[in-house]
Amino acid sequence: MASPQPRIGVVTYPGSQDDRDALWALAALDAEAVPVWHDEPELPDLDAVVLPGGFSYGDYLRCGAIAGFSPATAAVREFAAAGGLVLGICNGFQILCETGLLPGALLRNESLRFVCRDVPLTVERDDLPFTTRCTAGQQLVLPVKHGDGRYLPPPDLDPAQVVLRYADNPNGSADGIAGVCNEAGNVMGLMPHPEHAVDPLLGSDDGALLLASLVDAARDRVLAAL
Amino acid sequence: MRASVVRATVLVRPKPTILDPQGEAVGAALVHLGFEVQDARVGKVIDLEVEAADAAAAKAEVERMCEQLLANPLIESYEVEIVG
Repeated sequence: MASPQPRIGVVTYPGSQDDRDALWALAALDAEAVPVWHDEPELPDLDAVVLPGGFSYGDYLRCGAIAGFSPATAAVREFAAAGGLVLGICNGFQILCETGLLPGALLRNESLRFVCRDVPLTVERDDLPFTTRCTAGQQLVLPVKHGDGRYLPPPDLDPAQVVLRYADNPNGSADGIAGVCNEAGNVMGLMPHPEHAVDPLLGSDDGALLLASLVDAARDRVLAAL
Repeated sequence: MRASVVRATVLVRPKPTILDPQGEAVGAALVHLGFEVQDARVGKVIDLEVEAADAAAAKAEVERMCEQLLANPLIESYEVEIVG
């Protein structure tokens, strides 16, 4: 039997920019990439969800604050509560923090400058559905492009929730934190963009390690349900 | 009792422990202009008109808005002022 193609949704909010790259990257990694419109109160049948980068609702008030109240976000919250796999990239990470699905907040870069460059990262966890193709301690190179990426953890953040750290901190994030997961490990957010780094032609294909891990985990869930 | 329109102003500030690079930049610019500024912090003002029975009810309502959306309790504090 051919291995099943997992269905991974990508939510498009007004102001999302990287939704199409995320759809393209997931399809390139052999998932069925499913566009989800922000206005949909129910998700289609999905094995994982990605919240993409961009500037949802113009980043008004605080980045990700208004998208946190979209009908699709409420559906994603239910999906996550039931154990569903959710990955937030850049603005998607900000949205997950604003909704409380992930701990902490993302603030204006310490430099006040928008940063747009490839950055080296260290993998802290290789046992998550988002990182099984990585090895703890491994260095990845992924692009960042954000003005509000300075991660501030809550005082009680469990260090085990840190998934990725900047080897060269581009934004003043506390302890160089670039990506975190929730306590259960089924929700992850990161500021760097794996979906822009899945082909060597784009400068790095390290992003494929993270996204292919997610595709693997989503496929495992399809197989488990058969 | 009939509801009337009450005007409220919300002040949202970065918490004292939060690094505020925007405030630092503003402070440095003011010093550059010759002002003797020790510290500057940048927050935001949100002016609202709400329908409420009275000022106390309006204040309670606006405080709920702050909790749910207008301020992020991890990084910001807020103050609600009823202006009329």
